[in-house]
Amino acid sequence: MTDLEQLKTTAEQEIAASDSVRALDEVRVRLLGKKGELTRQLKQLGQLPADQRPAAGQQINLAKKILADLIDTRREQLESADLHSRLIAEAVDVTQPARGEQPGGLHPVTRTMQRIEAIFSGAGFAVHTGPEIENDEYNFGALNFPDDHPARAMHDTFYLEGGMLLRTHTSPVQIRAMQAHGTPIKLIAPGRVYRCDSDQTHTPMFHQVEGLLVDQGISFANLKAVLHDFVERFFERKVRLRFRPSYFPFTEPSAEVDIEWQNGGWLEILGCGMVHPQVLKNVGVDPEKYTGYAFGMGVERLAMLRYGVDDLRMFFENDLRFLRQFN
Amino acid sequence: MNISEQWLREWVNPDTDTEGLAHQLTMAGLEVDSIEPVAGEFSKVVIGKVLSAEPHPDADKLTLCQVDAGTGDTLQIICGAANARKDMKAAVALVGARLPGGVKIGAAKIRGVRSQGMLCSARELGLGDEHEGVLDLDPSAPVGECFREWMKLDDHVIKFDLTPNRGDCFCVAGVARDVAAINRLPLNEPEINDVPAQSKIVFPVDVIAKDACPSFSSRVVSGIRPDARTPMWMCEKLRRSGLRPIHPVVDVTNFVMLELGQPLHAFDLDIVQGGIRVRYAEKNEKLTLLDGRIVSLDTDVVLVADHQRPLAIAGIMGGENSGVTEQTRNVLFEAAYWSPMALAGRARRFGLHTDASLRFERGVDPWLQQKAIQRATALLIDIAGGEAGPLSTERSDKHMPAREPVRLRVQRIDRVLGMEMAPDEVADILRALGMSLDETEGGWMVTPPGHRFDISIEEDLIEEVARIYGYDRIPETPPTTVMHMPKVTEGKVAESRIRSALVERGYQEAMTYSFISADLDRQFAGDGDQAELINPISEELAVMRRSLWPGLLEALRNNLSRQQERVRLFEIGMRYYSQKTDFKEINTLSIAISGSRLPEQWGSAAEPVDLFDIKSDLEAVLRPTGNLSSLNYRAEENPVLCPGQSARVLLDDEPIGWLGALHPQIVQQMGIDRDAWLFEVDIDAAFTAKIPEFKGISRYPSIRRDISILVPESVSIAEIRETVRLAAGELLSELLIFDIYRGTGVDSGLKSVALGLILQEYSRTLTDIDGDAVIQAVVGKLQKSHQAKLRE
Repeated sequence: MTDLEQLKTTAEQEIAASDSVRALDEVRVRLLGKKGELTRQLKQLGQLPADQRPAAGQQINLAKKILADLIDTRREQLESADLHSRLIAEAVDVTQPARGEQPGGLHPVTRTMQRIEAIFSGAGFAVHTGPEIENDEYNFGALNFPDDHPARAMHDTFYLEGGMLLRTHTSPVQIRAMQAHGTPIKLIAPGRVYRCDSDQTHTPMFHQVEGLLVDQGISFANLKAVLHDFVERFFERKVRLRFRPSYFPFTEPSAEVDIEWQNGGWLEILGCGMVHPQVLKNVGVDPEKYTGYAFGMGVERLAMLRYGVDDLRMFFENDLRFLRQFN
Repeated sequence: MNISEQWLREWVNPDTDTEGLAHQLTMAGLEVDSIEPVAGEFSKVVIGKVLSAEPHPDADKLTLCQVDAGTGDTLQIICGAANARKDMKAAVALVGARLPGGVKIGAAKIRGVRSQGMLCSARELGLGDEHEGVLDLDPSAPVGECFREWMKLDDHVIKFDLTPNRGDCFCVAGVARDVAAINRLPLNEPEINDVPAQSKIVFPVDVIAKDACPSFSSRVVSGIRPDARTPMWMCEKLRRSGLRPIHPVVDVTNFVMLELGQPLHAFDLDIVQGGIRVRYAEKNEKLTLLDGRIVSLDTDVVLVADHQRPLAIAGIMGGENSGVTEQTRNVLFEAAYWSPMALAGRARRFGLHTDASLRFERGVDPWLQQKAIQRATALLIDIAGGEAGPLSTERSDKHMPAREPVRLRVQRIDRVLGMEMAPDEVADILRALGMSLDETEGGWMVTPPGHRFDISIEEDLIEEVARIYGYDRIPETPPTTVMHMPKVTEGKVAESRIRSALVERGYQEAMTYSFISADLDRQFAGDGDQAELINPISEELAVMRRSLWPGLLEALRNNLSRQQERVRLFEIGMRYYSQKTDFKEINTLSIAISGSRLPEQWGSAAEPVDLFDIKSDLEAVLRPTGNLSSLNYRAEENPVLCPGQSARVLLDDEPIGWLGALHPQIVQQMGIDRDAWLFEVDIDAAFTAKIPEFKGISRYPSIRRDISILVPESVSIAEIRETVRLAAGELLSELLIFDIYRGTGVDSGLKSVALGLILQEYSRTLTDIDGDAVIQAVVGKLQKSHQAKLRE
């Protein structure tokens, strides 16, 4: 074994044995530095016969390059290990709680209303709104409630000066929308409504979504399909529906809709019917040409069923312990 | 409306059980609310006869009865009721009987005396609330028979919620008609025979208000036995329908009303003076009602009067002193058809809601009066004897309601229901409902029966056909309509986006009542344009709110008192203003918050919220409008906000809302006990959005120059910004306020403000010379306008 080979073997062992960047540096200086072993051997080339110099020089340079590469590789290894141990030393507790603001949430009535709107918007129903302080004509007259009719007694109405009242349903929006936009029309009208009634199952204010579709060739069979579809979209499951004859002055035929609940009982969830011809006439629509359906649902009622809320009054107590359950 | 299932089945008895019958009714639009047994569960209760009733030897209030209950032995039963007497027929619970509520009857010793059973009160058998005495059965009750069977107690009360159009179903006959139609069964009407006149006594009747009273029948029954008792079977039918037996005459009128739907009135003939006059009341005429109230009448109220005074408000309630009493021997029955229009709203005006008004307002069959009187006469004579006079009827044909034929087209049924119906089936259904049909081209002319007041147009008939055919048999057909693209407004920030922005910043949405107390509203919104409710639920909910703050602050307070430390609430809703004859509604966003800036957490110390936090929230919400550069704040006092921490929010110099700290006095008054911060903005005014307009991006770098100035406290940051903006001109692309300092090193009355100016040109790189020029202009202007000094 030549000196060079001997040197290379020893050097390789030293490089591998270096356990820090500093130790490796020392090895590098000893081998490749200005006064290092290989540098010294290169300097001694002159002492060789001229014909041997190129080959010897080539061998030394090759050894130099191999060792330099080994050193670089080892350095990267050592540096990476160093970095890793430094980072480990700086480790955080990943289970520590998150920083900053915690988002709040929407009121369950809004949440429910947005769902209802999303479902109907998808089917092309436009959202319309109207005033909460209404006159008698829009709330009752145009909707075919005769004066002093017992049907009015079903709506415990809040009155204001000048014969004005707080709307008892969002149905007046039907009238306003048909007056403004004519037919065909396809809308839902969400909003606050008021009845002069307050007990365990009634709050004087609540929310309704009214729906209206008037066009040529609209039938009760269409109404049944649309509401069944809606109810199943809303509850995200198959639901049995029951349409029962009922009475609303502004629809004929009229129906109330019950859904079959988990316990096998029927729960009333909305009222609906074919728009009464007189209502169409009241807004200048020819009932011989156009037919339509209307429906109205209580938002709180749907929210109670969807989320299992058992006390209507909770919706307006604004107790954070209640509200946060819907976040 | 309550009805006995048995009674109904006497009229029509479909082959279905109670549940099935209820389902039929509900699905025909007569919504069944509940079904309840007419008696409790009990066993071993038989009819007994009290052979003797002697006082208990050792107890004043107890009676020692010897009872024959058909068991072969005479039973000794101690009874606490005062009405136990010799020869009485009673319901006897034998030893071993089980009564409702788990009561077991055993042989017992009461005050030393043996008792072998119990005489039962109505309540003890679940027959109602009556507990005054033991049940006093008809003398004809057969001793030893099972009480339950004899009383036919295996029956149910069906309770209905009737819709206002179905006044005809406030009676057994009406419900039976629908059941018969559904099942296509004949109606087994009880035989109602004309009672021939036995006397010639007629009481004169003069109907003046013929429009209100097109038909008025009356009949005298004279010489009834005052000691007559209403038979058990009738009492039971009344009870199961929710009425109490009162007096045989009254019971008979109630019975006929429940059976046929015609309310009747009975007068004591010996009290009525001269003759009956049916007339409108005179202005302010007074009448003392049965309930003892004296009411003052108006001229649109119809009366049944005699020649001296009013006797009854027609179709609503009788007056005091003319009704039958224990002493009555001669009775005048009256059955009238009152026009619904003549009665509409009158009962409510007097705060009354009677069995009669309920029916007349919705419409009673105008051809039913004579039949009802025949029925009442026969029943009364059966119970109490007496002689009937001739039946007399005053009818004005001109005023009788016409039942106009209504056209019904087969093709229209198909169109409205969305299904084809066989014409034969349609005709069959309508006939089953008592309609008469004349066939015409493509349909029929249909005349509804007298008891139906709700059939005047084609759709009414279509509903009738549909409900008897069964709504559940109508198919579900998805509609095919023209598609319309929705309107998607970009020039307005959607409320859903406003809500999301606040939710992300830790806010919880609240919903408070639109009405609040008048005082609180006045305190928050001043005098003037308050919209008051005429009939509020309470003083706390008496006026329409002109600010959402009071509601939110109450919610805030309630939550703080429920150990919530950090509360951030927002609400979107209307504010309401009264404007002479009109009202205005303004859609509003409001917040109320209290507590620390961030939820309690490990990384930062709890710092209280201040004005600049809610400003940040407001601006976050308003950012999507693209109008933040036009947003401004002006220090201004507001009675509910803390002076010095209160600002008008301005958009393009127009006020759009308020922002500030709640005034400490209101904090205290409302019991909030903590600092609270608020803002309220008008949604329509604030959330108009700018449609983005693209501008080119400069390819050249910007330069930044910072300066620090000392200015008097009185100079607002807004003023400084405005001055800088004007002085710097178009090169200024952004202006930062990165430090505001007061204290050591700054004279009192002054503040130090550090400004960062970011300058940029679209078409070239700016040089130091450009920067120096801008700074020179800015500093010069700040010195001149605000006595600003450049800090070294």
